[in-house]
Amino acid sequence: MQKNYETVFILTPVLSEAQMKDTVEKFKKLLLATGAEMVNEENWGLRKLAYPVQHKSTGFYNLFEFKANPDVIANIETEYRRDEAVLRFLTVSLDKHALAYNEKRKRGDFRKDKKENKEKEVAA
Amino acid sequence: MTLQNEPINRDNQRKKYCRFKRSGIKYIDYKDADFLLKFVNEQGKILPRRITGTSQKFQGKVKQAVKRARHLALMPYVGDSLK
Repeated sequence: MQKNYETVFILTPVLSEAQMKDTVEKFKKLLLATGAEMVNEENWGLRKLAYPVQHKSTGFYNLFEFKANPDVIANIETEYRRDEAVLRFLTVSLDKHALAYNEKRKRGDFRKDKKENKEKEVAA
Repeated sequence: MTLQNEPINRDNQRKKYCRFKRSGIKYIDYKDADFLLKFVNEQGKILPRRITGTSQKFQGKVKQAVKRARHLALMPYVGDSLK
């Protein structure tokens, strides 16, 4: 039975653009190989970390939202631990409220729209 | 001289309410750091329910979201002048 999961992982900034893409592709292939279904994929790019992790103060953030069997999570996490390019990772299961929230977020986060609408009204 | 604590005038203290119940928010996203900053004081510590007035159920969700955000370095464990 496939459950909904969301995983965020941070890659070390030392990587070149190509290396970074390969590692993201590697994890994606690993997920899809085990029959998972990718729902959403985001790359927040280089972001400043709130505190230094492994003596680095910036990192590439990536997000995968997918449906998978529960046993897939264990081996993707060991894969994260094995790969030294990954500074931090967090896998989270999603309940129905989280799914509804992610749907709204994908369709254009209404919070941001609210700000945009306000700007439009102010401008108009 | 015994210390007399002055009577606190209770009337102007407005009724605290849980902002999540009122605005109908069902899920608190751990990725949305600037929203979570509202529930954290200047040093980055989670505000207690007696200050924010959130209900038990949502305080648990806020706590979990903040801890996940801290793990992902979206929020500091110990910040200074965070606001």
